[in-house]
Amino acid sequence: MDLMENTTLRKTPLHDLHLALGGKMVPFAGYDMPVQYPMGIMKEHLHTRAKAGLFDVSHMGQAVLKVPSGGSLEERHTAVAGLLERLTPGDFQNLKPGAMRYTLLLNERGGIMDDLMVTRPAAEEEQGALILVVNAATKDADFAHIENALGGEADLQIITDHALLALQGPKAVDVFAAICPDAKALTFMTSARVTVNGTPCFVTRSGYTGEDGYEISVPSDKAESLARQLLDHEDVEPIGLGARDSLRLEAGLCLYGHDIDANTTPVTASLKWAISKRRREEGGFPGDDIILAQLKDGVPRQRVGILPLGRAPAREGTIIEDTNCHQIGIVTSGGFGPSVGGPIAMGYIDTAYAEVGTDLVLIIRGKEQPAKVASLPFVQQNYYRG
Amino acid sequence: MTKKFTEDHEWVALDGDVATVGITSYATEQLGDIVYVELPDTGRTIAAKDEVCVVESVKAASEVYAPVSGEITEANEALADNPSLVNDAAETEGWFFKMKLSDAGELDGLMDDAAYAEFVKGLG
Repeated sequence: MDLMENTTLRKTPLHDLHLALGGKMVPFAGYDMPVQYPMGIMKEHLHTRAKAGLFDVSHMGQAVLKVPSGGSLEERHTAVAGLLERLTPGDFQNLKPGAMRYTLLLNERGGIMDDLMVTRPAAEEEQGALILVVNAATKDADFAHIENALGGEADLQIITDHALLALQGPKAVDVFAAICPDAKALTFMTSARVTVNGTPCFVTRSGYTGEDGYEISVPSDKAESLARQLLDHEDVEPIGLGARDSLRLEAGLCLYGHDIDANTTPVTASLKWAISKRRREEGGFPGDDIILAQLKDGVPRQRVGILPLGRAPAREGTIIEDTNCHQIGIVTSGGFGPSVGGPIAMGYIDTAYAEVGTDLVLIIRGKEQPAKVASLPFVQQNYYRG
Repeated sequence: MTKKFTEDHEWVALDGDVATVGITSYATEQLGDIVYVELPDTGRTIAAKDEVCVVESVKAASEVYAPVSGEITEANEALADNPSLVNDAAETEGWFFKMKLSDAGELDGLMDDAAYAEFVKGLG
């Protein structure tokens, strides 16, 4: 067996650009990705919150779920939405043309197989299709699962010829609208097919930083020129995975495989808002019996924000105790929040201790460090809602 | 003053019988922005290669090992409020701790300036 074959890292269409920009490359989800650029994680993070940062998220999975043509536009949408609803707890029937929604792929126990973004395209000719963006590490399993569950009734087209760029931060709108005027009117969690420099792109006003911004799906062969054009703007800097992680943690957003996984449900993960009202009444999603019972009866543990009161960061795996030395939980994401100016974390604790402000003790390298349950997000969200 | 280096990127500078220990500029470049340093208690007796400090960047925590054996006499309290001193002045004001050596002969086993520079070059 050729072991090298298995360890060969995949490259995104922006790989050469990362190297040219001095990116420090690390393996991530099977891809060779920049963890940071010469600016460094701290400054990259702060720059994104102050101006605009450009991220390569081409490693994520993009796909279109489509039902065969026939019937009215609304019937076609209802059909594809109904299919996706068999796998997720979201309401896609009522998703408006152009709108985007966060949802969860669930297993039969109500556990989270992945979190993903689902967009209903705006154009009439695209009704009956939903555009999916899933995590890089889980994309092969996700697509196999969707194909297996829905393959007889819908067609899953995996998009492999498009890169995905994220432009995030308060200046993102001015920078991007200058080359794509149609992007200006979009509100948070909406989408449009646009033309940038004559190239058709699919853009959503969304992101993973807590800031205003866009994700831009661009043909792979045009990705580098678009990235360079955005980077030419004085307000834009390239941002690596390191700052992407600290930005999303400050924004209280989950990282799949850490804060959520197959053993957490939308209820234990404090993502109840992702279970829409109609689905709570109707069920009909994997693990619905378990999840609906959890909604009714509560859960023994849940995800919360954690604010260490000292200076020491509490990393993933840090034990959480109550003030009487009893273990009550564990940290699932933790580090330093550059905009907060101190350590921040998320984790799972016994529900009895989940109220904001509850005193906690973190065991960091054998020493007790005080902490409190904190409300999420740690920073104000700056989404553009029109 | 004798200054020596370890393969784990600590430096140790001997002035009289007091040695000052820190991490090298090369190490700080690899770590990135340092946000926290866990310093050892004074009075603690340590052996060469013992874990004595932890230095944390935004991304991760890394151990700092004792370059030589001895007793900790002072920790750099300035790092508590200003850990970025390590980035700004790794081999001067960003020192971690001072120690009294139990065997100055251990320094002979470490690299001098030129040897460390060569070692770092070899890391690519």
